[in-house]
Amino acid sequence: MMKCLEEGSLIKRVNYNSTGAIKNSMEHQSHITLPKGSIEKTTTTLNIGPTHPATHGVFQNIMEVDGERVVSTEQTVGYIHRAFEKLAERRPLYQITPITDRLNYCSSPINNMGWHITCERFLKLDLPKRVDYLRVIIMELARISDHLICNSIVGVDTGAYTGFLYVMQYRELIYEIYEEVCGSRLTTNIGRIGGFERNFTNTAFTKLEKFLNEYPKVLKEFESLFARNRIFMERTKGTGGISAERALNYGFTGPNLRAAGVDYDVRVQQPYSSYQDFDFKVPVGTTGDNYDRFLVRNAEMYESISIIKQAYQKIQEFKGTDAEVYHADVPEYYLPKKEDVYTKMEALIWHFKIIMGEIELPKGQIYSAVEGGNGELGFYLVSDGGRTPFRLHFRRPCFIYYQAFEELIKGGMLSDAVVTMSSLNLIAGELDA
Amino acid sequence: MALSNETIQNKLIEKFGDQVLNFSTASGILSFESSKEINLKVLQFLYEEPSLAFTFLTDLCGVNYPDNVGAELVVVYHLHNFSENIRLRYSVSTSINETAVFTASKLFESANWMERETYDFFGINFIGHPNLKRILNVDEMDYFPLRKEYPLEDQTRIDKDDEMFGRG
Amino acid sequence: MRPVRFNLNPKEAEISEAISMGKAPDGVPGDGFFATQLSSVVGLARKNSLWPLPFATSCCGIEFMATMASHYDLSRFGSERVGFSPRQCDLLMVMGTIAKKMAPVLRQVYLQMAEPRWVIAVGACASSGGIFDTYSVLQGIDQVIPVDVYVPGCPPRPEAIIDGFMKIQDLVGQESIRRRNSEKYSDLLNSYGIQ
Repeated sequence: MMKCLEEGSLIKRVNYNSTGAIKNSMEHQSHITLPKGSIEKTTTTLNIGPTHPATHGVFQNIMEVDGERVVSTEQTVGYIHRAFEKLAERRPLYQITPITDRLNYCSSPINNMGWHITCERFLKLDLPKRVDYLRVIIMELARISDHLICNSIVGVDTGAYTGFLYVMQYRELIYEIYEEVCGSRLTTNIGRIGGFERNFTNTAFTKLEKFLNEYPKVLKEFESLFARNRIFMERTKGTGGISAERALNYGFTGPNLRAAGVDYDVRVQQPYSSYQDFDFKVPVGTTGDNYDRFLVRNAEMYESISIIKQAYQKIQEFKGTDAEVYHADVPEYYLPKKEDVYTKMEALIWHFKIIMGEIELPKGQIYSAVEGGNGELGFYLVSDGGRTPFRLHFRRPCFIYYQAFEELIKGGMLSDAVVTMSSLNLIAGELDA
Repeated sequence: MALSNETIQNKLIEKFGDQVLNFSTASGILSFESSKEINLKVLQFLYEEPSLAFTFLTDLCGVNYPDNVGAELVVVYHLHNFSENIRLRYSVSTSINETAVFTASKLFESANWMERETYDFFGINFIGHPNLKRILNVDEMDYFPLRKEYPLEDQTRIDKDDEMFGRG
Repeated sequence: MRPVRFNLNPKEAEISEAISMGKAPDGVPGDGFFATQLSSVVGLARKNSLWPLPFATSCCGIEFMATMASHYDLSRFGSERVGFSPRQCDLLMVMGTIAKKMAPVLRQVYLQMAEPRWVIAVGACASSGGIFDTYSVLQGIDQVIPVDVYVPGCPPRPEAIIDGFMKIQDLVGQESIRRRNSEKYSDLLNSYGIQ
């Protein structure tokens, strides 16, 4: 429907980029007057974000909508760019762990462990099995925590607030387990290069047992609210779908790729931290739409619970002094015990060198990846022999698959775009880094 | 027969001769480099050759080596073959004065934003990219921050005393 | 909801510890009436019904979600309804890192709020830039907007966020009703370039 506007009528200035989509017009709030006889646009420009209750994190979508149908969209990210990669060039390896926390902050232990595994592969350290199993427990708890937030927020976006409040109580349980191990709830900085900073206390294991006993029933109840709920299924089935070939071309990994039908899981393909000792299934969807993503994440939570149970059983089989092992014996990178520092010369020297940051790294490069909550979280580390990395690049899964957002929602309704945005599990810290 | 690093190396040398060089497995995966003119040809060969089938671009990033005069900026591609479970690292280098590299975004959609990020951080100009503008930093920024010549901190801040932080 | 208990040696709770009576403002009580200053009554009403705008950007936003959830309920303090429209909110809670790209957005949101308005900077990044002393991070939101309460922490525990919220409540309860029209306040806003 076109109509001519009177001379002197006001229209907001819009800038078009080379692909015809609307450029970010937030800074240019100036108004221009149209000459007589100009034609109005047929579509509306809608700006969602960066501060918007639907975007869970700060990113902006400028959408062209024709009524309720989305014609095209352009995403702007970078509203929380904190220059992690430049910051990492200034810090020794163990000081980079707090930065990795803030990547996908809903599951920060996975980022921490991924970074430590990268360092250990680079420095060629071997870890005892007990440390690996403890790491697996922490990483799977983090995965449950991440998927819980994602699935409950998908529920909130379709209007069901109850599920979110219900499962947040169990996220508090997970936070308490982290607190027992490392002292912090959210940005955990858990573990050290070579293991953990302290052994898991009995309280931590008691809390873990309580979690394993109580959580599966809660998850079943949460699932029963959504999985066969007619309203939820009609909102999410058939919306935001992507085929496996396009998903691979866009670089999808993680639950979003598995929902499209490709069973790629870094834990299975290139096992780290003794994942090959565990028996678990990798759930795979078919159409890659929002419903499949929800179900894949849900199923992965059950698998995570089973992995934690197996790991806990394996840990209980360690007896005697084996049960006290919580780090590898690498004095060059792991702080020696204080008794040794006060009595032995080598321990004192290593303690001094580590604290003052005078450990020289070997030369070389490495790329190492772990299965984060959103997909393959990779670390590309280049070192030229100094004390800090020469270049550290994070391969962030969210950043890579957010490019596909336009293809996922094109032609769909605006409300489906909102649900797609939250079911992709976009975490702003991981988008921008 | 499962794909191995030697097979990949042989196939590449067979196709490109001495234009592909510096093969090494020191970093755990096979890595090699070439000059920047043939980067699309190499990527396409790795993509389309049925026995190689590196159809997944895991990562694309840039590195700045200020000491290698003439090859200061390097673009590193990490590729992955899912069915054979093999990774590959391929790098091309370009000079800091003339930073033009062909874009891989026609072949891999995921390269789109990764090249924008590399442009934003290093200033590498990707020829043929549909939308090469800054992605993470503010649009008005006039320098490329991850180059080694620029400092980490914002030099215009007034409340942090560099003397106290040991970098006066 | 099943109780989730982790205290290995639980202590039976005393009712007197759980309830405390609010303090009435200074005034003259009487038989069916209570005479006090207008500002005290207005402050009392305002402080127990603040409507916050959660401007959650990063990790502190997740701790805010935990604060709003049932374990550390923020709605006990009157902020049951969080709004996302600045026109309807009193309290701007900035949680998370504000990058230079985001600063104009934050300023626009602040400008749209109606008086009286308060700002709480939650977390180290909002207070001073936090651990990110880099070229792209604003070193504290008080570079662009005036702030009333700073809550340190990275991220602050929900108890700390609630403590900051209670300090805001103290400020709200004791504020003079002429403050927003005073010279000092308009000088403060002018120093930020806000008319």
